[in-house]
Amino acid sequence: MKIIVCIKQVPDTKGGVKFNPDGTLDRGAMLAIMNPDDKAGLEAALRLKDQYGAEVTVLTMGLPKAADVLREAIAMGADKGILVTDRVLGGADTWATSTTIAGAIRNLEYDLIITGRQAIDGDTAQVGPQIAEHLQIPVISYAQDIQIDGDKVIVQRQYDDRYHVLEAQMPCLITALSELNDPRYMTPGGIFDACAAEITTWGRADLKDVDDSNLGLKGSPTKIAKASDKVRKGAGEKIVPESPEEAVAYIVGKFKEKHIV
Amino acid sequence: MNLEEYKGVYVFAQQVDNEISGIAYELLGKGKELAAKLETEVVAVLIGYQVKGLADKLAEYGADKVIVVDDPELEVYRTEPYAHALASVINQYKPDIVLVGATAIGRDLGPTVSARVATGLTADCTVLEIGDFPLNPIPGQEQKHNQLLMTRPAFGGNTIATIACPDNRPQMATVRPGVMQKIDPIVGAKAVVEEYNPGFTPNSRYVTIKEVVKAVSDTVDIMDAKVLVSGGRGVGSPENFRILEDLAEVLGGTVSCSRAVVDSGWKPKDLQVGQTGKTVRPQIYFAIGISGAIQHVAGMEESDIIVAINKDEDAPIFDVADYGVVGDLNKIVPQLTAALKTAMAEK
Repeated sequence: MKIIVCIKQVPDTKGGVKFNPDGTLDRGAMLAIMNPDDKAGLEAALRLKDQYGAEVTVLTMGLPKAADVLREAIAMGADKGILVTDRVLGGADTWATSTTIAGAIRNLEYDLIITGRQAIDGDTAQVGPQIAEHLQIPVISYAQDIQIDGDKVIVQRQYDDRYHVLEAQMPCLITALSELNDPRYMTPGGIFDACAAEITTWGRADLKDVDDSNLGLKGSPTKIAKASDKVRKGAGEKIVPESPEEAVAYIVGKFKEKHIV
Repeated sequence: MNLEEYKGVYVFAQQVDNEISGIAYELLGKGKELAAKLETEVVAVLIGYQVKGLADKLAEYGADKVIVVDDPELEVYRTEPYAHALASVINQYKPDIVLVGATAIGRDLGPTVSARVATGLTADCTVLEIGDFPLNPIPGQEQKHNQLLMTRPAFGGNTIATIACPDNRPQMATVRPGVMQKIDPIVGAKAVVEEYNPGFTPNSRYVTIKEVVKAVSDTVDIMDAKVLVSGGRGVGSPENFRILEDLAEVLGGTVSCSRAVVDSGWKPKDLQVGQTGKTVRPQIYFAIGISGAIQHVAGMEESDIIVAINKDEDAPIFDVADYGVVGDLNKIVPQLTAALKTAMAEK
C-alpha cells in the first residue's frame, strides 16, 4: 500500500503568541512546527504502515525551510519526503494550493492520501477536499478512526452530534482530526535516518497537468482586500479582592447595577 | 466568464434528519440583507430526500425562492451526491453569491463544490458586506463595485482579513454558525418553490454509509444559552465542575468549557467554546479558571457581559472581561452562587 501524507509547516500559535511593538504578529519569534492535524494524519499513516505494511511519502508545499517538517516526519517513520517549492507558487489561496499539490501528486502512485483537517494558521479546512476534487477521488473529511479492508478504507467521520462509519473505494483522500491519535515521538534511529535522507525537491516544472493561470498569487480567485490585527474589545475592570466575600459583593453589585438580579 | 450573468444570493439550507439546521436561518437573515443591497433575491437551496415540506419554513425566515433537489441518494449527507447537487444548481442557475454554513457538513461540501465550479471560497466568515474591491481606488486598476467582502479571523483569531473574489463567480463563503442574525419569522410567508434534479448516478466517489452513530446527549446547545458558566483547566477536576453547575442553575444557565477541558476528557466536545469549538454570544458569560487563550476568546468575546474569575492576575482573559476578579474560584464560586440565590429570591 502506498500512502501520501500532506503536511504543512506552521507557526506555533499555541505556546503563546508573540507580537511586535507595533502590535503585529511576530512570526519570527514563534516556533515553526508541523501542523497538529497533519501530524495526527501522519501518525495514522504510520499506524497503517505498522499494521498492514505501507510506504509512506510525506509531501509539503512551502519555503525551502519547510524541509524541516519533512525530516521530522521521516524521523517519526515516514519513508520519503517531497518538498514542492517555487517562487511562482507563493501567495496561493486554497484553490491554487490544492491545484499545486494535486499537480505534484499526479506524479506519484497512491492508494491513500491523508491530510490534516485544517492548519492552525489559515484554519480553512479547504485544501484537503479540494485536492480530492482535482484528483477526482472520494474524500472523507474529519476522520476520527481509519481501518483498511482489502481495497477499501473504513473511516469514522465526525459530525457535531454523531459520527458516520463510511466505506470508500481506494484511492481515497482522508482529512484527519487531531483527536485521531497521539503522534509518536521521533526515534534516535529515525533522527539519524532523517539527517541522511534525501528530500526530493520539485518546482513548477515538475507539476503535472496544471495550468499557470491556476497557480500562485495570480492564480488565486480570492484576493485579500484588507488584513489587520484583530481589534479586541478593551479590558473592563479588574479587582484583586481581600476576601471571597468582597469578590462576591463586587459581582452581585455589578449584576444589580445591570438589573440582572 | 461573463460575471454579469450571475445573479442572486443563494444559501445552502442545511438539513439533518429532515430538520433544518439553525445555520440555514442565520444565512437567510444575512442573505436577505445582502440581496436587498444588490436589489436581487435570496434563494434557499434545499438538498435531501423528501424534504420539500421544509420549504415553507425557509420562506418564513426570508427565502424568496426555494430550489429543492430531492433524491433518494440524498437521504443522509455524503460529499459526492451533495456536491453534485449543489454544483449542478450553481451551473444551472448561475448565482452571484453562495453561502454555506461552516459546519462539519459545510466545511466539506463548500470546498468540494467551489473546486468543482472553479471559483474561490472564503472559510469561516464572521462578517459579510457588499462593497468595492479594491477598497480604495488604485491607479491603473479597475475598482469593482457590488462585490462580496468576506471578513474572517485567521491565525487562531490573532488577525482578521477581508477577502474578495473579484474575477470568479459565484463568490462563495462558508459562514461561522452563531454569528449572523436570523430574522423574526414571517408567519405564513410563501416562497416560489422549484424542483430541480440533475440526476444521480453512483460512481466510485459515492461512499457507503455503514452505520450512523448518534451521540447520546441531553444537554442544551450552548449556542442558545442566555447564561453560560464556562470552566477551564483551573477548575481542577471533572467533579469540581459541580460548583459551576450550581451557579449555572441559579441563573438558569448552562455549563460550557474551554478546549483544555475537552482535551483532558472532562467534558464532551459539544460544550467547547472557541475557535475549534462553538461561537457563543450569551447575555452573561462566566470564564472561571480559564486563562483566555486567543482561540478561546475568539469564541466568546461577543458576549454581552463577561465575568472572569482567575487566580492568575496576568491571565489574558482579564483583557476581555468586563468584570475581572482575581482569586480562588473554589472559595468565590460557591459563595457567589449562594449570594445570587438570595438576591434572586428577594426579587
